[in-house]
Amino acid sequence: MAEKITSEAELHERVAHCAACLNKKFKGEDGKKAIVVCGGTGCLSSDSEGIITEFERLIKENHAEDKVTVNVVGCFGFCSQGPFVKIWPGETLYTKVKVSDAKEIFEKDILGGEIVERLLFVDPVTKEKVKSQHEINFYKLQKRDIALKGNDQINPESLDEALAYETFVGLAKALHMTQQEVIDEVSKSGLRGRGGAGFPTGRKWQFAYNEHNDEKYIICNGDEGDPGAFMDRSIVEGNPMNVIEGMMIAGYAIGAKNGYFYIRAEYPVAVQRLQHAIKLCEEVGLLGDHILGTDFSFRCHIRLGAGAFVCGEETALLNSIEGKRGMPRPRPPFPAVKGLWGKPSVINNVETLANVPYIIKEGWEKYAAIGTEKSKGTKVFALGGKVNNVGLVEVPMGTTLRQLIYDIGGGIPNGKQFKAIQTGGPSGGCLTAKDLDTPIDYDSLIARGSMMGSGGAIVMDEDNCMVDVAKFYMTFICDESCGKCSPCRIGTKRLLEILEKITEGRGTEDDLVQLENLAHYVSQNSLCGLGQTAPNPILSTLASFRDEYEAHVQDRTCPAHVCKKLIQYWIDPEKCKKCSKCARGCPVDAITGEVGKTPFVIDPNKCIKCGTCLSGCPFGCISKI
Amino acid sequence: MALVNITIEGQHYQVDDSLTVLEACRQCGYNVPSLCSFNHGQCSLASCRVCLVEIKGAKGLCASCVYPVNEGMEITISSPKATEARRASVELILSNHQKNCLQCDKNGHCELLEVAKLVGARDGMYEGEKTPVTIDTLAPGLTRNTGKCILCGRCIERCKNAQGISILGFENRGFNTIVSPLENRSFAQSPCLQCGQCVNVCPTGALMEHSEIDKVDAAFKAGKKVIVQTAPAVRSAIAEEFGEPIGTCGTGKMVAALHRLGFYRVFDTNFGADLTIMEEANELIERIKHKGVLPQITSCSPGWINYLEYYYPELIPHVSTCKSPHMMEGAIIKSYYAEKHDIPVEDIFVVSVMPCTAKKYERQRSQMPNDVDAVLTTRELAKLIKRAGIQWSKLPEEEFDSDLIGEYSGAGVIFGVTGGVMEAALRTAYFWMTGKEYQAINFTDVRGLDGVKEAEVDFDGTKVKVAVTSGMRNAKPLLEQIKAGTSPYTFVEVMCCPGGCINGGGQPYVHPSLLPNEDLDIIDTYCQKRASVLYSEDERCVVRQSHNNPDITTLYSEYLKKPGSEKAEELLHTSYVSDRERFPEASK
Repeated sequence: MAEKITSEAELHERVAHCAACLNKKFKGEDGKKAIVVCGGTGCLSSDSEGIITEFERLIKENHAEDKVTVNVVGCFGFCSQGPFVKIWPGETLYTKVKVSDAKEIFEKDILGGEIVERLLFVDPVTKEKVKSQHEINFYKLQKRDIALKGNDQINPESLDEALAYETFVGLAKALHMTQQEVIDEVSKSGLRGRGGAGFPTGRKWQFAYNEHNDEKYIICNGDEGDPGAFMDRSIVEGNPMNVIEGMMIAGYAIGAKNGYFYIRAEYPVAVQRLQHAIKLCEEVGLLGDHILGTDFSFRCHIRLGAGAFVCGEETALLNSIEGKRGMPRPRPPFPAVKGLWGKPSVINNVETLANVPYIIKEGWEKYAAIGTEKSKGTKVFALGGKVNNVGLVEVPMGTTLRQLIYDIGGGIPNGKQFKAIQTGGPSGGCLTAKDLDTPIDYDSLIARGSMMGSGGAIVMDEDNCMVDVAKFYMTFICDESCGKCSPCRIGTKRLLEILEKITEGRGTEDDLVQLENLAHYVSQNSLCGLGQTAPNPILSTLASFRDEYEAHVQDRTCPAHVCKKLIQYWIDPEKCKKCSKCARGCPVDAITGEVGKTPFVIDPNKCIKCGTCLSGCPFGCISKI
Repeated sequence: MALVNITIEGQHYQVDDSLTVLEACRQCGYNVPSLCSFNHGQCSLASCRVCLVEIKGAKGLCASCVYPVNEGMEITISSPKATEARRASVELILSNHQKNCLQCDKNGHCELLEVAKLVGARDGMYEGEKTPVTIDTLAPGLTRNTGKCILCGRCIERCKNAQGISILGFENRGFNTIVSPLENRSFAQSPCLQCGQCVNVCPTGALMEHSEIDKVDAAFKAGKKVIVQTAPAVRSAIAEEFGEPIGTCGTGKMVAALHRLGFYRVFDTNFGADLTIMEEANELIERIKHKGVLPQITSCSPGWINYLEYYYPELIPHVSTCKSPHMMEGAIIKSYYAEKHDIPVEDIFVVSVMPCTAKKYERQRSQMPNDVDAVLTTRELAKLIKRAGIQWSKLPEEEFDSDLIGEYSGAGVIFGVTGGVMEAALRTAYFWMTGKEYQAINFTDVRGLDGVKEAEVDFDGTKVKVAVTSGMRNAKPLLEQIKAGTSPYTFVEVMCCPGGCINGGGQPYVHPSLLPNEDLDIIDTYCQKRASVLYSEDERCVVRQSHNNPDITTLYSEYLKKPGSEKAEELLHTSYVSDRERFPEASK
């Protein structure tokens, strides 16, 4: 049975002790090296667990138990380079490690003290090898100590390691303050909701606090559903205690005794770590009655989402927790007045809650010093798409898109031209080269036709067709519409049908007019935020890339050569070496020619545009036209 | 409750602060088109997005059906922005609607058609693929066509609120969303009561009664002697179908119309109701005398019988074995009446005009397969009358046919309203228990539209507690009490539809938006208005008690002998099944 923490003094004592232990471990002062392996979902799927097992086996085999330990940590965030193995002391970071590499790392580095050069990260710009994590540009420009605090340092299943990072110190401080003081602190910090809309968190809490009701609820929205977004997953996987602490502070502030985590069932690792963290907290009395010897009692519950995107919408989420079909409710009444089971409720995103402990612990002034005038603190982005460094990024608000894409993201691969960055997921929009120096904050992104959203950031290059991109998001929205209100249920389907028509070369100028009109009505008439923002990908691509739409409609061409019905594969007769490789590879016998005699030719009527010939041609004679 | 000052279209008004914007607008004389909202928010999913208006200071347009009014609110209905938005919502709905309005049974009562007209919806605005359609015609009482469904969710709410069983719900999602019983099964493969409450609230032709007009036509064509009987509740509402105000008594004109439609005889199911009372009151007294299973529960409502068999089969011993009045009357027509007139039974075709869709199921029960041959709803009868070119307003008032079973008492008439069976039974039971008529005649404690009513009746010193309930959601606590053995009652009346048969699933639609001449609060008052038709007819009757109906007396003396006799058991009583089909669990 774990030792209870029943007062603030005991907490501080334990924190100091744990911090000292962890520090010793990192510095090797305990006389051991520490192997740290990434335990995020991405790395786990590349068998980082196998790497740990292999290290454990090697340690045992070499009787090195007193020289080295193996630890799992939450998530390094640099997903395209995982799985990671990091060696303390010294912070050497090995990337893309396979189970078969463990032996070499163990023998050379751990036992021999020699760096395994081939596993080091290679900077995509300078092409130089970088030894330690803090020297990598991807990390250098980030500020990973608020929402992603401790994510790549601590074992997410250890209470002691969380305490070493001063978890629950903010809670202890909050419990000395009045509820109103806590709310004021958060209000003054300028924290805005990280789930998408950016509503001031303090104000939301104030509404719920003002309601007089014995039962109130705080709900953590972990139903992250934007394509390509995994901020919340990583935060929960990496440091679940930090989110629990944030929820408890929020619960204290509004007067809630119960908190619900609503996490997608597709996040099994996050759910399991959260469950474990709640159990650990309950065991030491950090959750339950009379927390830290005060009158504050709080309990956490987990509810799993069944994968509907709309359940990230807060009123649909409430329905889902209540066991009903996940469909949004009309507002008013707002959840702060009538939420879960009709009681005043606050729904905060995972990342929002992860910011709260920092604000309370460090004070609002320190937090508000980070960011821009109206957007404070940091924001976590899931940077993906056509960018060299793909992964999870925490940057201060006000960082420019250029810094995000080129400095942290390492630029566009293969020397291609940057075309757009999509932020805000299906509700967001595309920003283009002219927006690259836009500082990332809530208001500037909206001013430029996109939105912050939950933090998905997908980079696109010249090979992306923007009509196709719009179609992708519309397909997603159409699948994920709950079906409740008619503008979203039917309108998004009609929008998708028009986009399909355009990308198949059947579109007309009238379709573009209809597209804009209908997009307007869908956004204006829909019931919830999902429907109201559903046409954004269309509207923003139309605004910035109308020429591409027009090319599809007027010239029946797809400038990026993506829309299958509008492209042809073509063998340059001048270049063709008449080798027949393309003809042999063609699954539908659409390519004819005589080996060594005549250049090969593709019959466009037979061609299914699968691209096999193009990728197979050794001489680069085939192109899309 | 307080008054707030609001502005609509620039005009100042004072309205109650509990109203929604939509209700406030209607009260002040503005008809904002709306589809999904129904009955003071009993269903207001705000999902159709038709009732959008501009409210100064609010973000975007507001669905007026759910937006509460507040002090100083400025509402604009007619701005181009709001007008176009409403039209777009309707046009989108129409783009996914099966638009064969000409052949649609709901033609003339379709709220979507009305709203489309109001907003000026244009043809073919957003044409495209349609949601795959399910058409369910398996159940005897109801049909469902998802191609006409606009997913307003009214039926879902009504099933939940009236019967507490939630047979209907949303299935699938996005563009494929439909309203259906679990897993898109048929009503016939769900524990559905077939009460038709969902049909009553459906704004389009998605939910309809299972029409039997064709059956009646075929019987006429085959040269059968088609005998019609009409339930008491039908007269309380049929005039509505011809544009008369709700609460107009339609007895005389209805009978005249039925005569003109060529029915061989036009009878009143009230005779059957009187017969039911004779049997049921007798059964009650027997149970009291011989310490049988009590409380006794009424059995006239086939929706309730469905509920009993599906959800409370253990209570079957409590339920009276009496057939419902029209089934009794059918049985008597095909026996006593046929014998007296020497008509071969196979030449007789009995049509019951009922306020009810569950009666269509009931007549097909294996326990009483041949008593009634077709059941038409009040609405179907109106269609027959209109089809024949009969002009309601020109019809004279005529009497039911007086031919062996033509007489009826006031007790039979009030069967159509909740508490009526109880009151009728008490009048006769009182007489039999005490040997004298109940002087006040009316047992007013059991009247009214409350979900549960109770009363204590003094049978000359013997006190009997009774209860009356309607709507299965209201009935459930009473039934639980009986199941637990703690029920204080001796006799309980249960009607499936809230308010009784006057509000049955086969009655004329009360869709306020299609009834511009009715009062604003008609949705709250129509049941009361229909009930008062029946109570006044009872008052007008010379004979007020079933046991005093002369045709009943003759029937017993000449044919049945006495209530509960062997012959009566054979013809007038039925049985229930405790192993009613059990439907498969959901496949997940």
